[in-house]
Amino acid sequence: MKTHKFLALMGSAALAAALSTSLVAAQDNVIRIASQTPLSGGQSVLGVSMSNGVRLAIEQNASVLEDLGFTVEYVPFDDQASPETGVSNAQQIVADASILAVIGHLNSGVAIPSSEVYDENDLVMISPANTNPLVTERGLDTVNRVCGRDDLQGPTGANYAAELGVTSVYVLHDTTAYGQGVAEFFAAEAENLGIAVLGFEGTEEASNFDGIIQPILAQAPELIYFGGIYNQTGVFISQARSAGYEGLFMGPDGFDSSELAAIAGEAVLGTYYTSVAGPASIYPNAAQFIEDYTAAYGEGPQPFAAQSYDATVIAINGIAAAAEAAGGLPSRADVAAAVRATENYEGLTGTITFDDVGDPEIGLYYVIEVASADPAEWSNNSILATLEIPSPAFAASMEMEPEATPGS
Amino acid sequence: MASISAPLKQKRSFWAFLDKPSNALIFALAYIALTLLAVVLIDRRSLWYPLMNMITTPLFLFTPLVVVSLPLGKWLKVGMFVAMLLVVMPIVGIYNPPFLELAIQISIFAGLALGLNIVVGFAGLLDLGYVAFFAVGAYLWGMFTSNADTVFMVNGWTVDGGAFYIFLILGVAAAALVGILLGLPVLRLRGDYLAIVTLGFGEVIRILARNLDAPTNFTNGAQGLSGIGVPPLPGFLIGFTESMASALGLRVDNPDALAKQLLYYLLALGMLFVIMLICSRLKDSPIGRAWTAIREDEVAAIAMGVPLVRMKLLAFASGAAFAGAIGVLYAAKQSFIDPQSFILLQSISILAMIIVGGMGNIKGVLLGAMLITIVELHTLTNLSLQFNALRNANILNIPQQLDPSKYQPLVFGVILVLMMLFRPAGLLPERSRKLELQEMREEDELQHAMEEPLRDNVLADTSTPGEK
Amino acid sequence: MSSVTIDAGPQAPSGLDSFKQTALYRFLIFPLGQMLVFILGATVLLTVFVYGLAVLFPEPRPNIVLVEQLNRQLPGMIISGISIGFVYAMIALGYTLVYGVLKFINFAHSEIFMVGSVIGFSFMSFLNSLGMLAGFNPILLVVSTVLVSAGFSGLLAVGIERVAYKPLRRAPRLVPLITAIGLSFILQDTVRAIASLTINDFNLTYPTRDIAWLQSPLNPLVFNIGGIDVRVRITAIIIMIAAVIMLLILNYFVNGTKAGRGIRAISMDQTTAGLMGIPVNTMISLTFFIGGALGGAAGALYGLNVGTVTPYIGFIPGLKAFTAAVLGGIGNVTGALLGGILLGMIETFLNGTLVYFPAIGIRYTDIFAFGILIAVLIFRPSGLLGERVDEKV
Repeated sequence: MKTHKFLALMGSAALAAALSTSLVAAQDNVIRIASQTPLSGGQSVLGVSMSNGVRLAIEQNASVLEDLGFTVEYVPFDDQASPETGVSNAQQIVADASILAVIGHLNSGVAIPSSEVYDENDLVMISPANTNPLVTERGLDTVNRVCGRDDLQGPTGANYAAELGVTSVYVLHDTTAYGQGVAEFFAAEAENLGIAVLGFEGTEEASNFDGIIQPILAQAPELIYFGGIYNQTGVFISQARSAGYEGLFMGPDGFDSSELAAIAGEAVLGTYYTSVAGPASIYPNAAQFIEDYTAAYGEGPQPFAAQSYDATVIAINGIAAAAEAAGGLPSRADVAAAVRATENYEGLTGTITFDDVGDPEIGLYYVIEVASADPAEWSNNSILATLEIPSPAFAASMEMEPEATPGS
Repeated sequence: MASISAPLKQKRSFWAFLDKPSNALIFALAYIALTLLAVVLIDRRSLWYPLMNMITTPLFLFTPLVVVSLPLGKWLKVGMFVAMLLVVMPIVGIYNPPFLELAIQISIFAGLALGLNIVVGFAGLLDLGYVAFFAVGAYLWGMFTSNADTVFMVNGWTVDGGAFYIFLILGVAAAALVGILLGLPVLRLRGDYLAIVTLGFGEVIRILARNLDAPTNFTNGAQGLSGIGVPPLPGFLIGFTESMASALGLRVDNPDALAKQLLYYLLALGMLFVIMLICSRLKDSPIGRAWTAIREDEVAAIAMGVPLVRMKLLAFASGAAFAGAIGVLYAAKQSFIDPQSFILLQSISILAMIIVGGMGNIKGVLLGAMLITIVELHTLTNLSLQFNALRNANILNIPQQLDPSKYQPLVFGVILVLMMLFRPAGLLPERSRKLELQEMREEDELQHAMEEPLRDNVLADTSTPGEK
Repeated sequence: MSSVTIDAGPQAPSGLDSFKQTALYRFLIFPLGQMLVFILGATVLLTVFVYGLAVLFPEPRPNIVLVEQLNRQLPGMIISGISIGFVYAMIALGYTLVYGVLKFINFAHSEIFMVGSVIGFSFMSFLNSLGMLAGFNPILLVVSTVLVSAGFSGLLAVGIERVAYKPLRRAPRLVPLITAIGLSFILQDTVRAIASLTINDFNLTYPTRDIAWLQSPLNPLVFNIGGIDVRVRITAIIIMIAAVIMLLILNYFVNGTKAGRGIRAISMDQTTAGLMGIPVNTMISLTFFIGGALGGAAGALYGLNVGTVTPYIGFIPGLKAFTAAVLGGIGNVTGALLGGILLGMIETFLNGTLVYFPAIGIRYTDIFAFGILIAVLIFRPSGLLGERVDEKV
């Protein structure tokens, strides 16, 4: 009897499904742009803001493609900052033939495996935030980024620490691809510069750092470098301060969120971070963006929102160029080639020309000091130095070493 | 919608209708045709695609089950079953690659669930760290073929894809060995202690995978292993993919990638079949009966001469061995693994498959694996995509925070609790377990009846304070 | 505490014996002394161990003389070890009490602890939103936060027992364990859903920046002992004081009250206790309430100490506390205290020492807790203070 019930249920469901699918109408000439960022979880503050940046860019620039007779749609995916979710989303994305570009990710650890899936299917990815060198070093034709690299960001931090006169550092990282990577580059450069690296430790601990802080206090480093993301490092900073640590903190762009101030409170003062993305307010072209963003989403953009906007516009321009060349819906490979050929794109965050592996030829690196413990004041953090550093591939093509040269 | 209520109203006539084999065949063919139509017809670009996809794909995936449960001739049944799995589903997969991906995942997790079922269902040893053995297999293949700068890569100790089938066997051996190594010290533990220790063990393996990148780089740590080797691709699969694609009028940019997925599908299905065969053989063998004896009453089992240690080790080792082999396949298929792929939640989701399906019952475990994998990878994701599409179209604004794909643990939790409270033996219970639980219920009621009258009668306080 | 045995022989008690019978001794001096012995014992043991390491490896890393580092770290390590040890002990008591009466591991207890920490956050934030936080009397603030968290968590634990465990009391052992696993996922995600929907974030930061006495220069307190600055975080002191008070109350409750005797009777023999007229169900609920309340209080204290809590903070401390309970002997109240303090100290001392051995480092600290758990279960399954337990499945 049970089997019969099961069969009856299945049979009628099949009938209903077949009927209703034939009723659902489809639209034609749709081009979709997908994004993959953490929309949930501890880093969703950044991920949601990135997604908003993409949406705003599509709303404002879709006309480029609409003039060619296409409809543009936006499909945000949530990679949950987890490589596994990222890869399984990537498989969903490549299966949808109308998706011609992906903007993402936030975490290099997610971007690296996911981009292998995109590349296998010729789908172009433009990253607004992934700084791990491996993202582009693998030489995939489909992978580009509009931001800088950790092997230049880490040393930028070390250089600035030396400029501050720091003689000893303690390096921590969060044992993720991103945090560990940038911490290693920082430590290596610090040693080069003659700064004593008192310790190099990774930890998954997210709430109670008491045991970790004790040996740090005993060695009294002048600066603690933490390669990690604000939701972990904020807790660490607050506990280290209240345990009596009086030195400086430094970190990579994972520090760059107002949440850091919200979590660490007063302890956040005396914190420096390097970033590949200055606050949107420092870019000359970004004033309008901030205004539009705030009008659309009711709050100011977080770091990487402007980069996401730029990445999206580059994607739209690439698709349009490929579509014009193809005289209709372009293939993914055409789009990837058109994006890589981007030259002198005047974006919110600077002028972007991709080099042979997809890095911007000239990357901008910032050293920023947290100015206030008030999260609302985060965008007013003071920029201490801005460096223009050529990407390794570009430097090699110009036959010069990528050296930090102080710029504007 | 009328179609749903109609067969229920005319209950009797519908049953009678199906009992006739020729009608059953018509029903089966009609079901296959309808679901196939539904899967093929929906348009990716429509607003309601995720929702339709969420409903139709599982319906189509259930076709083999429908075929099996119909009163058809034995050979007809087998023939249709095999044709569905080996011909129709691959073709649908070429037409719609995510479908193939889902089918591969289901086969992989069904294999894992059957392996865990040996430990939990047959021998009654609750293992919460089962995913560790899966990780052993996956890392074994990953470490020797990945392009990451591990000690293997640096020293040139890598192998190419051709070694895949050898590594399947090595994966079995390695995982079985680890299973025995874990089993030896913990065998004396009682059920709930065992559960926590195995949970700890699973975490230890994950932490090792995450940190064994220094001083010597074995696992590449949190960066994970990427570019993992793929087994050699037989030419006929590429030919099949290309000819099918052209027959369906599809433009396939990269036939190799699709053919590779087909290969994984066939491999996963083949492995699942072998595991199923071994499991059903084991269950009715003296070993299987020894396991049942241990599960039901350890003391009595010892008294009857069951070699407790050897049997428990055997359960651990064989469960682990399956996970090891599947791990090798999984690493090849994903081409990227990192420690996050082997977290506790994975162990729990495999456990949930067994519990939902019915501990100890092979068919039940298969059903459970199918249902849970579909919920996990298909239903929740598509529901999220649907919400998102509606949000995009400004039709319905469900807050991002309530995105269903984020609540996978919650869904598992609810499933586990509800199943335990209302149907602890699972959807397709094993017979002996069903009886046992029934007895438990009756005993419980008896106990209640006995306790009632005593409830308000608190004994006067006479004992010496402080005494133990 | 429950293992206190009194020689109440027929002969006339001597002066000391009669003093031992007094409430002052049994409920204050004896348990306090016990705690002191445990703390001192663990400290001495581990200090000897780490200095032993320092003798074996005088310079594990270039330019690092281990003895000098340890001299500087020792007071800090002891204090952190004790404070986290008390947290573990308080959680471990929840496992042990429930195990005592039901012979079942309440896997969801770690999430009760988590809920406690979230409730503590909510309560403080609520006070802050009323603008009352800054002016609140410090002691009153801590006491009320802890009480609110404890009460809520206790009731939650009772509710969980009623809904999810009670119907399964006669089921095979694995059934309630699986329910408990399911419940812990439900609790985590429910808290996350509520937090994300209400404040759009689930990094919940205690509003300590609005509490003046938690800010420098008061926090940390600095003492100079023998030329070494010893910094003590106020929250660590709060944890210690609060934990001692709660453990004293628990001791009194278990050993000195009628209800406590009922619980002990049930843990010895449930059926007989029932036949003797002890309301078994009420007592089991009470046990869950006490265990949950202790866990919730520990959560609030822990949250105050670490500053930021999330729905996922329960798992690791819960697992460690479970290890502590097993280490001390599960089902044994004194054992939980000993196990908690010992584990907290071991962890802190290992963290503080292993950093100087670059090949190992602190990345593996969590493995040590699991290693201890497995080792104890293999070599002494009854724990340090437990008696031989029935091995039948």
